[in-house]
Amino acid sequence: MKTIDIIKNGLIKENPTWVLVLGMCPTLATTTSAVNGMYMGLATAFVLLMSNIVISLLKSLIPDKVRIPAFIVVIATFVTVVQLFMAAYLPDLNESLGLFIPLIVVNCIVLGRAEAFASKNNVWHSLLDGLFMGLGFTWALTLVGMVREILGAGSIFGHSLIGGNDGMLLFILPPGGFICLGLLMALVGAIRRKAEKK
Amino acid sequence: MAKKAKSTLINMLLSLTVIAVVAAGVLALVSKVTAEPIKKAQLAKKEAAVKTVLTPFEKIEEKHIDGNAVTWAFNAAGEPVGVAIESSSDKGFGGRLGVVVGFDTEGNITGYQVLETAETPGLGAKAGEWFQKGNKGDVIGKNPATPLSVKKDGGDIDAISGSTITSRAFCEAVNNAYQIFQGNVR
Repeated sequence: MKTIDIIKNGLIKENPTWVLVLGMCPTLATTTSAVNGMYMGLATAFVLLMSNIVISLLKSLIPDKVRIPAFIVVIATFVTVVQLFMAAYLPDLNESLGLFIPLIVVNCIVLGRAEAFASKNNVWHSLLDGLFMGLGFTWALTLVGMVREILGAGSIFGHSLIGGNDGMLLFILPPGGFICLGLLMALVGAIRRKAEKK
Repeated sequence: MAKKAKSTLINMLLSLTVIAVVAAGVLALVSKVTAEPIKKAQLAKKEAAVKTVLTPFEKIEEKHIDGNAVTWAFNAAGEPVGVAIESSSDKGFGGRLGVVVGFDTEGNITGYQVLETAETPGLGAKAGEWFQKGNKGDVIGKNPATPLSVKKDGGDIDAISGSTITSRAFCEAVNNAYQIFQGNVR
């Protein structure tokens, strides 16, 4: 497998959000603003990167029958590390992402990549896969967050675009999340298919 | 590549135990490293909240009365200039609404800050700004000797549009704070 293929897979071809449609719970819940979406993506990317590396290193030492509990312990460890550091150095962010940081443990992207990729490939490829799957998730969440923030709050990355206006509240609330995600998924899918035909 | 470990009982026990022990070690270390900064961050947040609700002060002193944090503020001469009281209401739209309210020595509100909220984003979550000075529901300078209540309930506070429940909870939280002020401070 070529390096460039792994990069392309994570960012576009097998993008966890647009193509694999994994991890929809944090995708919908934390994208109320671009900043929240971006940090949620980055936190997940870090866990994905570290757990892919460690699981790839340990893959021949872990017996098949206990691989899932072993993976979960590794993932949970890194999630807790992220949460502790966030609480210490980014307390505001920790509060706005709240419950969704610990929930990275059960994010299907992380366990999915551990099972489908890191447990079968070498460390270098697993590292790349973790990094670019994570970045693929990050750009998707940031995009959804940006669109929802522009429509719902009239601001972008916290900077107001239209002074004194509240925007369309619907897009900050859960229904707007579904509507936005669906439309963006269709759009990204259409662009992707067009690009592949050429 | 090394051969894959077989799923024998001893292998399974050994691998899981080693992984769990290493994970516990890593976490213990990280928790030790971050304990101090986390404490500092929480304290800084609290102090910042107290600072914004009170008139300028020289030093503060905190004590707990019936589980509510009460922070006295003193001027350079050591005379009390105000008090910040943490209180809450459980009648918010999303559950608990926690506030810290600053009073001067007469019981007039000098400021407030929402500490804990699960209100609806864009509606009830506006409580953080809505009741501040110069905004529609301005409560600053009011004295809750006559308890605060929203216009719908015969009071004189403008409720947040679309969030009467949150506004009622906010008034209740402020009134609770005043009760503590009345009962323990005077």
